[in-house]
Amino acid sequence: MNDRRFNALLGFAALVIVFIFAGFLFTLVVQSLPAVKQEGAAFLYGSEWNPVTTRFGALPFIIGTVMTSAIALIIAIPLSLSAGIVMGEYVNSSWVRSVLNTLINVLASIPSVVFGLWGIEVVIPLVRNLAMLVGAPPYGAGILSASLVLAIMIIPYMSSMTREALMNVPAGLREGAFALGLTKQEVVTGIALPFAKKSIFAGILLSLGRALGETMAVTMLIGNATRIPTSLFSLGNTLASVIASQFNEAASDVHRAAMMALALILLIITMIAGWFGRTMMSKGTGAYGK
Amino acid sequence: MKRGSVSKNLVLLALFVVGLASVVGAQTLLGSGATFPAPAYTKMFDEYYKLTGIKVNYQGIGSSGGLKNIQDRVVDFGGSDSFIKDADFSKYTAPVVHIPTVIGAVVVTYNLPGNPKLRLTGDVVADIYLGKITKWNDKAIAALNPDVKLPNLAIMPVYRSDGSGTTFNFTAYLSAVSDEWKSKVGNANSVSWPTGQGAAQNAGVAGVVKQTQGTVGYVELAYANQNSMAVAAIKNSSGMWVDPSLDSISAAAAGAFPADTRILLVNTDAKEGYPISALTWIIVYREQNYGNRSREQAEQLAKLLWWMIHDGQKYVTALDYATLPPPAVKAAEAIVKSITYNGQALIK
Amino acid sequence: MENNVFTGQYKSRKRKDIFFKVLVLIPSGIVVALLVLIMAQVVVNGAKALNLDFFFQQQKPFGEVGGGIVQAIVGTFMVLAIAIVIALPFALLSSLYLYEHNGSRRANGLLNVVNTLQGIPSIVIGVVIYSWVVVPQKTFSAFAGGIALSILMLPLMISMIKESLDMVPPSYLEAALALGVPRWRAIVEIILPAAASGILEATGLGIARAAGETAPLIFTAFGNPFLSLNFKGPVSALPLVIYEYIKSPYDDWHRKAWGAALLLVLFVLALNLFIGSRKKR
Repeated sequence: MNDRRFNALLGFAALVIVFIFAGFLFTLVVQSLPAVKQEGAAFLYGSEWNPVTTRFGALPFIIGTVMTSAIALIIAIPLSLSAGIVMGEYVNSSWVRSVLNTLINVLASIPSVVFGLWGIEVVIPLVRNLAMLVGAPPYGAGILSASLVLAIMIIPYMSSMTREALMNVPAGLREGAFALGLTKQEVVTGIALPFAKKSIFAGILLSLGRALGETMAVTMLIGNATRIPTSLFSLGNTLASVIASQFNEAASDVHRAAMMALALILLIITMIAGWFGRTMMSKGTGAYGK
Repeated sequence: MKRGSVSKNLVLLALFVVGLASVVGAQTLLGSGATFPAPAYTKMFDEYYKLTGIKVNYQGIGSSGGLKNIQDRVVDFGGSDSFIKDADFSKYTAPVVHIPTVIGAVVVTYNLPGNPKLRLTGDVVADIYLGKITKWNDKAIAALNPDVKLPNLAIMPVYRSDGSGTTFNFTAYLSAVSDEWKSKVGNANSVSWPTGQGAAQNAGVAGVVKQTQGTVGYVELAYANQNSMAVAAIKNSSGMWVDPSLDSISAAAAGAFPADTRILLVNTDAKEGYPISALTWIIVYREQNYGNRSREQAEQLAKLLWWMIHDGQKYVTALDYATLPPPAVKAAEAIVKSITYNGQALIK
Repeated sequence: MENNVFTGQYKSRKRKDIFFKVLVLIPSGIVVALLVLIMAQVVVNGAKALNLDFFFQQQKPFGEVGGGIVQAIVGTFMVLAIAIVIALPFALLSSLYLYEHNGSRRANGLLNVVNTLQGIPSIVIGVVIYSWVVVPQKTFSAFAGGIALSILMLPLMISMIKESLDMVPPSYLEAALALGVPRWRAIVEIILPAAASGILEATGLGIARAAGETAPLIFTAFGNPFLSLNFKGPVSALPLVIYEYIKSPYDDWHRKAWGAALLLVLFVLALNLFIGSRKKR
């Protein structure tokens, strides 16, 4: 062993990582070609997904993915921002803070499939009762159930990002504001939040990335229907859930290729969300001359 | 921590991994596919393990999954309750054979308050799954069940989200009795459902129906009976109301069998026959020397198949599957004997 | 807003202050309550399933009551062992690459790739590993499952190890180099040991992250009702049995799904707490 060989070894490992990623893209692109050739751009906006006639349009799943993630965000944002603000601004006792931190970490570490299990046994019956109240078909499963559980799953992530963003606000700013006689609320909404808003927004985008790609809990709760969802109580599918339930069986070559194309779309969507999130994040932390 | 101890631990772990892998023999077979016969298969394979020590791992992932796994050659055998059509044989790079194993029934199960016994015709079932009948107290259902007080409840159809032989037989029956079904939806392992909720595998459909009032689903009889779920009597082509049962399934399977056993039993003309009875198969390559399969592995597979069509049959009736009738056993014997390794028959 | 901040009446400002406090405390209370509820349900329902058979028996045929999930407990450890054996060396080497080429264009490129890999949905990993490993190997296997999980844990481990390498004071390396030690030996014998606890934490978190993953295993490890120690064949895993059991109509399997969930959560939690306690020191 010498320095040259050592460096070569490191370079090799780095190259492997890059190849894994390139390989993912390559595999997905090549294997989705038959479906893309057959459907063309209609693969993106076609609303029919029919293995019998081998027509494959991904629109129902794209809509399902966007709908569940959007609803999950709408539910999760107020809860997470509040929790983040409380942890970052209001808790002074280090004991309470560490308990809260541990709790959030615990929530973050619960596996997706356990959330799915909890959703089936707890959320679905609740949503079923709600559906009966409003006169919708009381399946229980569907967009709303999936979105609710998705929201709970991203809360820990989003709230700890919010907390961190707030804690990065320079102490001097805060102390100065208090010295001027501002109330806590004025400091938080007038100074800390505006200062941290880019990082918080980045946290929301990164959480969105998670929600878009979340598979198991959604598959277990969304009702697996290949139709375009039209209401909160509609059954549907996301890109990830339809892959989980149909990949291992695709009857025709085109069907199989269509599954690969769905995986490719999913990968691209999550990559974009992640990329935006990270760019935003570096801008956010860069704001204070770091 | 010292560097030495980290790398030493890694080496030990690697050795342990390699050691285990080499110690563990290959006394296993892997199959995947149809969930329609899964209760019977898991029971049979549990007994087979006690008898021979051979672990047969059967993963119920749906018939289409089993067929795809055989095409990809990633399992020893596939399970399917839809047979491969002539036009589809080209998807397999070598000849495959169908070995029939058990006969079961696709039952229409539902969850209603008071667990009433219902009678349904194929037409009505088709209209429910077409979304034309949406309430349990619809007059079409009421007319068939004058003695039952039907609730004013939305009907929530549940179907298979995975490609399924159970779906194939169910839609084959609906296509046979309803022209509208045939033209609008058709007959396949997975179809484009006009309405309803999807669930994975027989167990998943049974699970949703069991837990949700107002649902209706189609599953193999064993799943309904194991969970005391209500099952509809269906009017067969002779105009008889038939409950799915060992006898009515056997009656549907009493006819002649083609040599390759590829036959649909739905909409039987047997007078006492249940109209959505179905045969299920295990699919294997006829020539077993492919990939890096050993002769021993191929022999184990052939022995297992032989056992399933003979001694294994005695475990299935307790689960309400019908055993293979003698002509089917005879055809199956010939098929198992036709399986070869390097051109030599594995069972003589 | 600014107007209010500086000139508003003290009373109305105070009221707003209290109102805001309540406004953020209530949702936080909901979050905490939800968490406590979920944990309590996992513990209470899971505990009902636990008995000796649960830990030491194999799965029973469909619909039969009894048996256990030993095949899944062992299977989970098998796929995790493979995953970590594959992921750790690559994570070490590529984070060393980042350390050595810190700030260079190539290193930044690699960092971008690592971050992007971190965002790949786990189901996509499963699909790709199916065509990379399962199809060429002609069988589902613990091995394939381990590879899928290793790709899942790699990015997390790389960025964590990189962080802990960066925390080693540069003077360590400089001192060693000044003594004439070759650079590679200085890195292996001084920098790595100095970052050892960070590496251990990264390993622990990588395992915790992978242990609960289901989606990458469905098309790779596949599942097995029997206990199997064969790395070249399919195995079960805790997340796989939870997924299979909870879908089923069998009450006994529902109980076992909760039991498996409890085991999984406890395992992941123990890892997290272990790492948390190390970090504090």
